[in-house]
Amino acid sequence: MLEIKGLHADVDGKEILKGIDLSIGEGEVHAIMGPNGSGKSTLSYVLSGRDGYDVTAGTITYRGRDLSELSIEERAAEGIFLGFQYPVELPGVSSTTFLKTALNAVRRQRGQDELDAVQFMKRLRVHTKALNISDDMLRRGVNVGFSGGEKKRNEILQMALLEPHFAVLDETDSGLDIDALKVVAEGVNALRGPKRSMLVITHYQRLLDYIVPDYVHVLAHGRIARSGGKELALELEEKGYGAFVSGTEAA
Amino acid sequence: MSYTSETADQVSSIAGDKYKYGFVTDIDTELAPKGLNEDIIRFISAKKEEPEWLLEWRLRAYRRWLQMEEPSWAKVEYPEIDFQDAYYYAAPKSKEDGPKSLDEVDPELLRTYEKLGIPLHEQQMLAGVAVDAVFDSVSVATTFRKELAKAGVIFCPISEAVREHPELVQKYLGSVVPYSDNFYATLNSAVFTDGSFVYIPKGVRCPMELSTYFRINQANTGQFERTLIVADEGSYVSYLEGCTAPQRDENQLHAAVVELVLLDDAEIKYSTVQNWYPGDENGNGGIYNFVTKRAACRGRNSKVSWTQVETGSAVTWKYPSCILQGDNSIGEFYSVAITNNLQQADTGTKMIHIGENTSSTIIAKGISAGRSQSTYRGLVRMQPGAKGGRNYTQCDSLLIGDKCGAHTVPYIENRNRTAQIEHEATTAKISEDQLFYCRQRGLSDEEALSMIVNGFCKQVLQELPMEFAVEAQKLVGISLEGSAG
Ligand SMILES: Nc1ncnc2c1ncn2[C@@H]1O[C@H](COP(=O)(O)OP(=O)(O)O)[C@@H](O)[C@H]1O
Ligand SMILES: [Mg+2]
Repeated sequence: MLEIKGLHADVDGKEILKGIDLSIGEGEVHAIMGPNGSGKSTLSYVLSGRDGYDVTAGTITYRGRDLSELSIEERAAEGIFLGFQYPVELPGVSSTTFLKTALNAVRRQRGQDELDAVQFMKRLRVHTKALNISDDMLRRGVNVGFSGGEKKRNEILQMALLEPHFAVLDETDSGLDIDALKVVAEGVNALRGPKRSMLVITHYQRLLDYIVPDYVHVLAHGRIARSGGKELALELEEKGYGAFVSGTEAA
Repeated sequence: MSYTSETADQVSSIAGDKYKYGFVTDIDTELAPKGLNEDIIRFISAKKEEPEWLLEWRLRAYRRWLQMEEPSWAKVEYPEIDFQDAYYYAAPKSKEDGPKSLDEVDPELLRTYEKLGIPLHEQQMLAGVAVDAVFDSVSVATTFRKELAKAGVIFCPISEAVREHPELVQKYLGSVVPYSDNFYATLNSAVFTDGSFVYIPKGVRCPMELSTYFRINQANTGQFERTLIVADEGSYVSYLEGCTAPQRDENQLHAAVVELVLLDDAEIKYSTVQNWYPGDENGNGGIYNFVTKRAACRGRNSKVSWTQVETGSAVTWKYPSCILQGDNSIGEFYSVAITNNLQQADTGTKMIHIGENTSSTIIAKGISAGRSQSTYRGLVRMQPGAKGGRNYTQCDSLLIGDKCGAHTVPYIENRNRTAQIEHEATTAKISEDQLFYCRQRGLSDEEALSMIVNGFCKQVLQELPMEFAVEAQKLVGISLEGSAG
């Protein structure tokens, strides 16, 4: 599904990712953990193709294609989804309008027919029910005045509608209490499947109790310091990041 | 027959001996009736078979205009206009003068029509193609006329109203915007050649939305339009003024006047979508749009609502205003002004509170992209008698890129202690975060921009009648093309 080799990336001329190798197979869920500032969000932006995040060396191959050839929206249409750490507010744009516009933009690029209002609402209903999203939330401006939990549920709703092949979820647990976390995790788990891979970025082990990953990687100073199975998360919880970020570069 | 020789013929046949010296000589030397003088005005008036009082009114306006100076207080810059270098009667395109088929129309323009989803026969009409075949909307227009007549509503070209309903026109014309009002309105009073007249009788709710669009079937609209709408006691009308497609004129002056009169309990909803040709990316060409629009809420409990979406024109100078004279009268102004490339817009409103318990609402949204400049200029005045008057003003500016400008110039004059005036203003920029978020969900730059800007304008767009709102939404996207990223 996704093959990252020797990836170096700059942000504003400063090297943040310093040689990342990562291979994610179909249907696998990988977790990336790491201290703040280690480059987790940067990796997610590089994968999405965000402007200002420049790949200086290495390659990213996604479903057999070199990602660097694709624009942000083409990557989205090819099935790459990013759940944002800080979802962005769009005042005056109702969530319903946003979701419909996005879904139809993606469908158009995928060569599928656009959905009319009725078809769209039918689809939307299925997911809003599962994620406990109110009509009031759908009417409001995207993420405007949403609580932390609402914002994250809204991200999962978008993922559910857009049906990606590969989803990066950046700190989907941050700012959530335990109940909200459970709802979000359930939403994510419901979307797991043999054809869909995920990269779950988190600072805390807690999320991984609910979204159990196949592999765990520790990112420190722009490199993967260690990889292992799900038990690595527990080890991290016990020992802290100190053990992984030791050496001259330790914070 | 060429346009000049045809005009010359018309002039000699209509003007006869009377204007030989002033007028026909001009034509001999210039071969076109360019420029402005009293004979031109007499010619226009004669051509329209106007009564003496109207000719006198025009001439008074003209003589006044000669003594006036073009205003310079607005934040707009343009080369000096040579008023003697323009056509005052012949300027509206005659059918023979327009393109013969869509093949002769600028493909860029047709592309815009297509994006707006305008059907082919309407495209021909908007592009000024001479269409002789009867097409759907003509018969639609006729049906409309019948239904309106049944309700007693008068809706016709203003020149026809002058002939058919002289008492109404004489009573109200210039009663809201006097001929001496301002440089452009005074010029308009002297030379107006076209426009609409509407009269809604007592207690009548106009059975349909009235649109200039239907009137275009009968005559091409000129550059000095004069519109007069009178809503009698307890009546209601929604009027749509659509310059819904760009007109391919270059640096042409449009100086229109719109007057609205509202008697007791009357309501007028006046919606405009203005998309005149804005000029190219380098600021070449485009319409200079200097418009005076004013509503007089003369009656108690009357209500006027101006909604405008301004996306076109190279220069816009426009302040639809409300004179709230009747007690409890209400004035509303909802505006979206979008400028891109080198466009300049100086627009806003005036709310003059005279009667007791009058209230007004101003929601103005300015969007600037490219190297354009957008200014909101608004006056709220509470006269000494405006006991309990209220105004709420909200001005929001949105900047796209960092080479454009947005300015807010509110003037507040409160001469009544019981009146309340509230003013809020914000300026925001479309952030890279927002665009990235949308693009990550599959939208292109331009789709993202259009959606965000439409969200920003929503409060105003939702005031438009349904079909108009859809068109306006598309227009927002189209007018911002090329400004993303
Ligand atoms: N726009 C930016 N300009 C400059 N430095 C940045 C920018 N964004 C992130 N960084 C830096 O890149 C590093 C990695 O940040 P980030 O990827 O957000 O880390 P994480 O998500 O792991 O907390 C940090 O040192 C941060 O300061
Ligand atoms: Mg982060």
